[in-house]
Amino acid sequence: MNSKRRYLESVTPHAPFEIANEGDETISLVVVGRPGIFVRLLHDWAAIVGLAIVFLLVTLALSAPLLAPHDPAAQHLAERLKAPSLTFPLGTDNLGRCLLSRLLFGARLSLGFVGVASLLVLLVGVFVGAVSGYAGGFLDAVIMRVVDLVLAFPLLLLALAITGFVGAGIGSVLVGIVSVWWASYARIVRGLVLSLRERPFIEAARAGGVTPIRIITRHVIPNVIPPIVVLASLEMGSLLLAISGLNFLGLGVQPPTAEWGAMLNDGRPFLRSAPQLMIYPGLAISLAVMGFNLLGDGLRDALDPRLR
Amino acid sequence: MSKIKLREETGTVISILSRPSARYLLRRVVQSLFLILILIVVNFLLIHLAPGDPVHLLAGQSGDEKYYEFIRAKFGLNQPLATQLWIYLSSVVRGDLGYSLGYQQSVTSVIVTRIPATLLLTISAVLVSSIAGVVLGVEAARRENSVIDRSINAFALVGYSVPSFSVGHLLLIVFALRLGLFPAQNLSSSTQELTGLRYGLDVLSHLVLPVTTLAVVYIAQIMRLTRTSMLTVLGENFIVAARAKGLSEGRVLYGHALRNALLPIVTVVGHDFGMLLSGAVLVETVFAWPGLGRLMIDALAMRDYPVLMGLFLMISVSVILVNFVVDMTYSALDPRIRYGQTSK
Repeated sequence: MNSKRRYLESVTPHAPFEIANEGDETISLVVVGRPGIFVRLLHDWAAIVGLAIVFLLVTLALSAPLLAPHDPAAQHLAERLKAPSLTFPLGTDNLGRCLLSRLLFGARLSLGFVGVASLLVLLVGVFVGAVSGYAGGFLDAVIMRVVDLVLAFPLLLLALAITGFVGAGIGSVLVGIVSVWWASYARIVRGLVLSLRERPFIEAARAGGVTPIRIITRHVIPNVIPPIVVLASLEMGSLLLAISGLNFLGLGVQPPTAEWGAMLNDGRPFLRSAPQLMIYPGLAISLAVMGFNLLGDGLRDALDPRLR
Repeated sequence: MSKIKLREETGTVISILSRPSARYLLRRVVQSLFLILILIVVNFLLIHLAPGDPVHLLAGQSGDEKYYEFIRAKFGLNQPLATQLWIYLSSVVRGDLGYSLGYQQSVTSVIVTRIPATLLLTISAVLVSSIAGVVLGVEAARRENSVIDRSINAFALVGYSVPSFSVGHLLLIVFALRLGLFPAQNLSSSTQELTGLRYGLDVLSHLVLPVTTLAVVYIAQIMRLTRTSMLTVLGENFIVAARAKGLSEGRVLYGHALRNALLPIVTVVGHDFGMLLSGAVLVETVFAWPGLGRLMIDALAMRDYPVLMGLFLMISVSVILVNFVVDMTYSALDPRIRYGQTSK
C-alpha cells in the first residue's frame, strides 16, 4: 500500500492526499519506453535481490513435481510430526505429510493465485477505467461513484465478506479479491486516460472515424499499460498477503490442498508441539512478499529515477 | 495565525458559508452522508439480490414458519421493494440492524459489545506505531545512509513483507508458549476475578502481543514515510535558518522539520484506518481477541447474515467518518491548505 501510494505520488502532479480523496484529478503519464530501464534495474542491488527471490520461487513452484520428494497429499501416518530426516527434509505434519513437498506445491498455488488475480484485476480495472475516462459524462460519473463506494470500504474486509457470501473455495477467494481490487486500478487508469484523450493521435483516430471501442482497445489501453503494469508489480506483495490471509482464515482452498496460507491454518492446533508447521509457510510467504516488494520498488525507481 | 483565524471565524453564518473552506466542508459532509446512504441501500440490496428467499437470509434456515412470518411482517417482505427499502432505512437510522439467531440477541447489541475490544486494540496499535514509526523515521533521516539508517530501512522492508498472522504466531510461540512472558489468548484472564488496577494490568499484559503484531506493519510504513518526508523538508531554507538561529538539533528536527513533514504521515495513518481494521481481523483470530474481527469470522462460519451485514455497515460508516475527520485535520496541521481555493 505504501509503495503503491508513493508510486501514485510519482505519477501524479498533486499532493498525495488528493489521490485518496478526489476522483477528478488527472494523472500525468510517466515517461516509459526509454532505453536503459533494465540497465538501471540491474544497477539496483535491491531490485536484483527481489528479482532473484521471485525468479527462484517461481522456478521452485514450476518444478515442484520434479523436486518434491513425496506426493504433497500422501499421508504417512506412522511418521506424524517427525523431525527433519533424509526421507523428509523438513519433517512431516500432523498427518505425516512431507512438509517440503507441501511447501513446494503450495508455492504453485500461492504464486499462481497471485498471478491469476493480478491479471484479472488488471483486465477489469484497465477496461473499466479506460471506458470511464474515454466516455466521460454520465457513464464516467456512475463508474467513479461505484469506485468511490468500493474504495470506501477496507479492501481485505470487503473481499472477506464477498468470499464469505460466495462460500469457501479457491474460486470465491478470486471473486472476492478481483471484485474489490479492480477499483483503484480503474481510478488510476481513468486519470491516465483523461490526459490521453486530448492528445492529437486520439483526436486523429476519432476524426478518422474509428469506433470508440476500437480507439479504447487499440489506442488508449496500450498507452496506459506500462505504468499500470508497474503498479501491478508493486501490488503483488499485498495481493499475496491478502490471498494467503483469506486462505489462513479458512475461506479459500480446502484440505488437503497445500497452499501457504492454508498450511498456516492447518498448523494452528500444533502451535505448541510443532511450531515448524507454522514457521515454514510463514517464512515462505514473507520471502515471496519481500521479493515482490523489492522488485516492484526497483521497477518503479527504474522507470522514474527522480524518486531515488 | 490563531487570532486572525478567530476573527475570520466569528463572522456571520452566511459569510462563513460563503468561504471556500466552509463550502468544501459542507460538500464533504454531504458527500459522506450520501456515501453512507448508498452503503445502506447496497446492504439492503444484498439481502434481496442473494439467491433464495430473503427471509432465510434474515432468519436462518430454522424452518419455523411462525418466526418467518414475524420477520416478513417486521421487514415488510410482502410489500413492494420501495416500501421495504423505506422500512429498512428507518430501522437502520433507529439503530435496529435486525436480530441474530446465532447470538440470540439484537445485532446492534452483539456488535456494540465487541466494539471496545477492537477499539482498544486498534487505537493502541495506532499510538504505538505512530510514535515508534515517527521517531525511527526522524532518526533515520537525521543519519541518512548511516548504519542506523540502513538497519531501520532493513527492518521496514521486513516489517511490511511479513504477514501479520505469521508475526502473531511467531510472537505467540516465543513470548507466550516458550518464555511464558505474556498470556496467549483473549483480552483478560477468565480464571480469576480481578478489579481496578490489577484488571488494568491484566488487560495490558494481554494487549502486548496483539498490539505488537498489528503495529509491526504500520511502524514500517510510517517509518519509511517519515524518513522520506523528513529528507525533503530537511533540505529547505527554513531549516538552515533554524539551525543558524542556534536552535538545538532536537528542536530543529522535532519542532520545525517534523511539523512540516507531518502532513503525509497523518494522511497515511488516517486513511489506513480501514486497513488497520482488516489487520485486526487476522490478529484477533490469532489471539482469540473478542473484537469485531473475531465476530466477523464467527458470523461467517455460522452464516449469520444479519450480523455480517450489520458489521459491513458499521465498519464502512466508521471508515468514511474517519476519512472525513482526517481530511478536516489537514488545514489545522498546515494553514497553507485552504480547501476549495484554486491556489494551494
